[in-house]
Amino acid sequence: MAKTPVNFTLNGSPRSAFAGPGQNLLDFLRREVGDLTPKFGCGQGTCGACTVTIDGATHLSCLVLAESVEGRAIGTAAGLPDGATLDPLQEAFMDHFAAQCGYCTPGMLVSARALLDANPRPSRDEVIEAISGNLCRCTGYEPIIAAILAVAEGRARA
Amino acid sequence: MTLHKGRGFAAINYPIGMNLGGDPSQALVHSNPDGKFTVALSAIDLGQGMKSVTRQIAAETLGVPIADVYVDTADSDTGPHDMGSFASRGTHRMGNAVIRASEEARQVMLEAAAEELEVDAGDLVTDGQGNIHVRGAPSRTITTMAASQAAQFKQGRTIAGRGIFLVPLSDVDPETGEMSPVTTFAHAAMLVTVEVDDETGEVAVTDMQSAYEVGRALNPKLVEQQLRGGAWMGMSHAAWETTEPHYPARDHRPEDFNTYLMPGPGDIAPHHISILERPAEDGPYGGKGPGEMCANPVLPAVVNAVYDAVGVRIDELPVTPEKVLRGLQANGGAKPRQAL
Amino acid sequence: MRDMTADGPMVEFRKDLFADERDDNLNEIGKPTRRQDAPGHVTGRSPFFDDHLFDGLLHLRCARSPHHHARIRRIDTSAAERMPGVVRVLTGRDVPVNLNTLLSLLDFGLDDEPLLSESKVAYMGEPVAAVIAETEAEARAAAAAVQVEWEVLPHVLDVEEAIKPGAPAVLDIYPNNKFVYHGKYDHQKLRYGDVDQALAQADHVVEGRYQMSPIEQAPMETCGAIAAPEQNDRYVCYTSTQALFFSLGTAAKVLSLPSSRLHFVGGTVGGGFGGKVDSIHEPLAILGAMLTGRPVKYAWDRAEEMQVGAPRGAERWYVTDGVMNDGRIVARKFTGYFDSGAYTRLSSYAIIKGVGHLPGPYTIPNVYADVYCVYTNRSPATAMRGFGITGVDFAIEAHMDKVAETVGMNPIELRILNAYRDGDMKAHRRLAKNCALIECAQVVAEKAGVTIAPELKSAASARDGGGPRAALPAQTATDTEGRVEGFAATSYANKSATSDAPQPPHAPPPATPARHPPPATPARHPPQAPAMTSGQRPPEGGSMPPSGGPPPAPQPPKKPARSGAMRFSSLSGFRRR
Repeated sequence: MAKTPVNFTLNGSPRSAFAGPGQNLLDFLRREVGDLTPKFGCGQGTCGACTVTIDGATHLSCLVLAESVEGRAIGTAAGLPDGATLDPLQEAFMDHFAAQCGYCTPGMLVSARALLDANPRPSRDEVIEAISGNLCRCTGYEPIIAAILAVAEGRARA
Repeated sequence: MTLHKGRGFAAINYPIGMNLGGDPSQALVHSNPDGKFTVALSAIDLGQGMKSVTRQIAAETLGVPIADVYVDTADSDTGPHDMGSFASRGTHRMGNAVIRASEEARQVMLEAAAEELEVDAGDLVTDGQGNIHVRGAPSRTITTMAASQAAQFKQGRTIAGRGIFLVPLSDVDPETGEMSPVTTFAHAAMLVTVEVDDETGEVAVTDMQSAYEVGRALNPKLVEQQLRGGAWMGMSHAAWETTEPHYPARDHRPEDFNTYLMPGPGDIAPHHISILERPAEDGPYGGKGPGEMCANPVLPAVVNAVYDAVGVRIDELPVTPEKVLRGLQANGGAKPRQAL
Repeated sequence: MRDMTADGPMVEFRKDLFADERDDNLNEIGKPTRRQDAPGHVTGRSPFFDDHLFDGLLHLRCARSPHHHARIRRIDTSAAERMPGVVRVLTGRDVPVNLNTLLSLLDFGLDDEPLLSESKVAYMGEPVAAVIAETEAEARAAAAAVQVEWEVLPHVLDVEEAIKPGAPAVLDIYPNNKFVYHGKYDHQKLRYGDVDQALAQADHVVEGRYQMSPIEQAPMETCGAIAAPEQNDRYVCYTSTQALFFSLGTAAKVLSLPSSRLHFVGGTVGGGFGGKVDSIHEPLAILGAMLTGRPVKYAWDRAEEMQVGAPRGAERWYVTDGVMNDGRIVARKFTGYFDSGAYTRLSSYAIIKGVGHLPGPYTIPNVYADVYCVYTNRSPATAMRGFGITGVDFAIEAHMDKVAETVGMNPIELRILNAYRDGDMKAHRRLAKNCALIECAQVVAEKAGVTIAPELKSAASARDGGGPRAALPAQTATDTEGRVEGFAATSYANKSATSDAPQPPHAPPPATPARHPPPATPARHPPQAPAMTSGQRPPEGGSMPPSGGPPPAPQPPKKPARSGAMRFSSLSGFRRR
């Protein structure tokens, strides 16, 4: 079957690539576009390791048909830094030792950034709600929650 | 509906660096001409912090700043033999191998410095800030970078070291089980508080108070990562996880995270950790591996707390609402004990 | 709960304890230095195995048994081979040495598990063929098209059912579904003192039965490997293994390749927890690359990870304690069953680890254990965090609670009263040192506001141990229950013929920590050369010594064993030729 050209923006830059028939957005981003920050954890929308934003809202890229992002704005963890400057969330994750194996980290950061963009001063419960679709097997979540709250309370960036 | 509070206690020890196979770990350390060191290993970092803890061990032993050390693992073409990261052998076995490799490299670096300073290498000390100086005479000094450059370009020395740590194979007596399984043990004690709902059978862990003895916290934040995450996993084993949730037939087996359950960020309990350090004589800087033992006290502490709360003994994990309700039914209702 | 943070008061360091045993003035050790890999993790640039991209990557998926136990009458791959995108279909015939046991690299156990099964399957999900195709979807569809003619056999899923007479035989090479220890017994024994006599004299006898659940390691990254032909007739393999040379050695063995032709790259792994030791993906991915000349990826999806991937095996423990009215435990007896599933993997080793751990962190003068590695028609079990210990610690510590209730004692006091101390003799006949159980219990009691008796509050691990507590039992009751005939004395770590009991010093060893490790303590008895058994390949240039008995010889390798796995014991000179 023929591949389908898909035009979209990735972290603000216009991109085009060919999507295979039935290819999901996760596989498309990793194999065809070369953005390796979304990770495969389950392929069933249950772990959150592949979390990206589409037009600013979080989505599980393993459940999104690649062809369907034509003309839309995709955001991944690769887009978090501002040039060479890391996002405060990335700094906070390092400072709070919120990453162990690091596999859930990009998806977790995308969810956390989406939360803070929509709600700059979330409560602890709101942080928990925002990351409850992102599974982590290493940390027990507490350092992740602490890192996100630290950024929310410090608000280095709006 | 009534929520019953209960407390349960457990204490454990854990064998560090299981050695019945006699399998050693190896490490190689070498310096670039500018005094920056590479540690080559075949150990695996699966999140526990292998790269980071060996980096700190190498920096300490070499006597150089942490920024001057990078750990490269794992590539079988460059990293020497190591069976793997399991059985709490990573920090213990590999840490010791890195100490030995770093000592050998450090010796060459000091000899190079001694030649430049025209002193005896035995009189030199490192300050951990990138300087080598004569003991008691800090003004007679050379940087580790200058010593490395001199070694490379003037003296023709290789600043490198090899390390291996082997505890020989232990035999096991078939008749009595006599053996030397390990050389050191880590320790932990844990008190958990639970709330048991006598209508739904649900058990919530609401507080954890722990003490973990880890030999030495080589990096306190890495240790905390293990203890916090490991205790979470223990809570998960106690009351959430099984590959066969309710039925004996495997047809009902879980195949994804919708059916294989683990506590989420909304289910976690505050965990108050105390860390004790009694250095192990053969641990790297006294360190023991904290990563495996941390879950173990939580499982029994939870079932003991359920008994304390409602008088139901659950001897088959995991603690499920069904088991709690069946126990309550058999007992004719909750029989709170509040013994702790 | 809501005001908690991961920092500050949630963690405290009790530097006051054991302060005289530590030098706290080190440069780097003890510092909360940021992880070396933190920048890679937070930017998503840490290179996990699947982050290596290859043009022309092929995908491998296995066809698996739908039955718990079945004989394979015929495998027909012809329909699968005709499916779109299929490049190659592998069966057991394509595997150079299609029988292995993971611990053969440590010279422990008999080869028992095929990479791709040819004649029989012993668990649901056991692979019988591997399809290599252009896309994952095509590989998946073609794997479903592999046709197998099965003869379904009776199966057994419970450890105690499996060892009953007449139970279905899971493995042919071990009798009665039990691993054979030391070529001699169908279980590992621990005998220390005379438990039955002590139980008879105890004020109370407390019994319990405990069941640990099978648990999935559930790393966020599933297990997998990508192999590709490298220049100069070598194969590179990017892998999620948590045991690089276990995987390399296993691949070398089953593919009959010298290790010099294999280049393994890993070290950045998305969680393992014990589930990434089994070295299943690397050999198949490399074999695929060898036979297709293209890069091949073999990775589990989440369902395979959860159900085919080896779990922490279930354990069942029976514990009987003899306890005096004052709370002293005078006897502890265990019967343990590890559910190894259909193959050995690492369970046999975990049992030795577990037996060396008994009776837990307590000084008990009479200890007895029979621990069985039992085969059932479940997914093979393997390592998981706390392997060999977590299950029995659950049993011991749940049991301690019952003992405390029986004698009417505070559970923390009971632990401190019975805790092991420096210089005490342990049941595996080595002296305890560097103990800290008492201090951990005291700290928790203090934090949780539990009042404990003054003499226990002031107890210390470094005091009041040794002396009479260092003595070996006057007499140890031994037996030959579970004797198995017909096995060569092998399977790792033989006891030398002359057994002299250790003579413990009557004072605890000095507890001064060394900054640098002293030379390792040698084993008391130099390990004897394990004899060859029929399940093991002859060493290079050697010949197979006579086998001790009837286990049927597994299929011999198709090529002379010039290359492949070197066993540690051989390398270490433990094996005599």
